[in-house]
Amino acid sequence: MFRKVKSPLFYINIFFEEMGEVGLLIFRTFKNLFKKPWEKGIFIQQLEEVGVRSLPVVLLTAAFGGLVFALQTYVGFHRYIGPGSETYGGPIISLGLSKELIPILVGLMVAGRVGSAMAAEIGTMKITEQIDALFSLGADPIRYLVVPRTLACFIMLPCLTVFGDIVGIAAGFFYNVVLMGVNRVLYVRNILLYMELWDVFSGLIKAAVFGIIIALIGCWQGLKTEGGAEGVGRATTRTVVIASVLILIVNFLLSKALPANL
Amino acid sequence: MIRIVDLHKSFGGNKVLRGVNLQLRRGETLAVIGQSGCGKSVLLKHIIGLLKPDKGKVYVDGEDITLLNDEELHKITRRFGMLFQGTALFDSMTVGQNVSFGLERYTDHSKEKIHELVRENLAKVGLRGVEHLMPFELSGGMRKRVGLARAIAYSPDIILYDEPSTGIDPIRADAINDLIIRMGKEMKVSELIITHDMVSAYKVADKIAMLYEGKIIEIGTPEEIKNSKNPIVQQFIHGKAEGPIENW
Ligand SMILES: Nc1ncnc2c1ncn2[C@@H]1O[C@H](COP(=O)(O)OP(=O)(O)OP(=O)(O)O)[C@@H](O)[C@H]1O
Ligand SMILES: [Mg+2]
Repeated sequence: MFRKVKSPLFYINIFFEEMGEVGLLIFRTFKNLFKKPWEKGIFIQQLEEVGVRSLPVVLLTAAFGGLVFALQTYVGFHRYIGPGSETYGGPIISLGLSKELIPILVGLMVAGRVGSAMAAEIGTMKITEQIDALFSLGADPIRYLVVPRTLACFIMLPCLTVFGDIVGIAAGFFYNVVLMGVNRVLYVRNILLYMELWDVFSGLIKAAVFGIIIALIGCWQGLKTEGGAEGVGRATTRTVVIASVLILIVNFLLSKALPANL
Repeated sequence: MIRIVDLHKSFGGNKVLRGVNLQLRRGETLAVIGQSGCGKSVLLKHIIGLLKPDKGKVYVDGEDITLLNDEELHKITRRFGMLFQGTALFDSMTVGQNVSFGLERYTDHSKEKIHELVRENLAKVGLRGVEHLMPFELSGGMRKRVGLARAIAYSPDIILYDEPSTGIDPIRADAINDLIIRMGKEMKVSELIITHDMVSAYKVADKIAMLYEGKIIEIGTPEEIKNSKNPIVQQFIHGKAEGPIENW
């Protein structure tokens, strides 16, 4: 019941060990990126799994993210600045969505949907010796499993984010203009006047980074799975937790590091 | 062809291999016997580099494979076929894709040729018309035989079998024995077989080695093993509960 309390040194040790593991995985993934044979079949399958199949949940969360964001922005302008100023909500909503909220929502959704599935699938392969079998049949597990997944996430998260942006901004428009009767022409004009392409683009850069994080954490946890079904469960949970936390931290750092406009 | 020198391996505090010395010559069939949990599968995994030893060497044609990195290892794994104890079939692929996996990566055959080889190798293990099935649709014994077909499909020159006949009915098991003998005699394949089945070991093996407490305690022809003076070997091959080997 009571686990023996380990010294902090023990945890620091584990932390550095795991950093080393991840570092090595990153290194080997990049090294294998350009090597043949190139696993096209799996790559396409992963594109579908990460992209197409995540689209419904991404669109749904983007729509509601856009709606509440619009709701509070409307309240803010209406209450603090006064009736009529709500048209300035357009660019603020669009900026907040495309730079922050949508990339994060996409990242968290895909971490839960795809990252966990990667950890579970690879973890099961690990404990049933399928990874060993891959090796013995001439397929490098990194090249065969990790590279296509990482590439697929790297490409598909920005795509999902584009769709999320469109739906989220449309939902903001719907709330303000259709539901709350904000002036349609001014609302749209303000968006076009103040939004820049870079605002959308910097969100896509973030999404691509989140994609790499999700795939690498999922594969890393999968490949180090030990100890039966319980181990697979643990790898899955840890993937979602680690990837989600990392996404939020890295998001802040990127927001700080990426220039506000070009 | 394969020479294992003073191989040591522990997991945590569990000293599994404590100085194994073993040699497999070209075209020879060697059976390794030993109690459950004594480290036979661990030994096998060292031979194709899936595990790295704590100490000791594994030479394949004079090259020490314990020093190779993954990339260099891939060049020699082509020469090996491995049947895993738990079959390790890829469960997201059909039987046909499982068997063709090595063929696609290790050979330059055309699609048609690969297709033909898949069918041929499945037939060798007594399976027909199962290419499109998924592994979970097969019985345990059928899975084992698919694993066997996958391991031999690309004509490796060294085959490692981890309990090929476990979980298979006696008639099929004997057919597999014949297959193992044929691979050795006709194709000049070197084979290492892990087995608990003494009848099969006597039938297929040129030599039998017994692994006990992390070491090879006896090696010899089936005749020599049958007539061994070592009470541990005698107890094992006759499957007696009483004797020097502790049971519990
Ligand atoms: N990856 C691993 N991590 C920790 N311990 C392991 C690992 N693999 C094997 N062992 C331990 O090594 C010992 C030998 O295992 P091995 O699978 O080689 O036995 P075996 O001789 O093949 O037995 P069996 O005939 O039942 O298959 C066991 O005690 C097992 O617990
Ligand atoms: Mg075993």
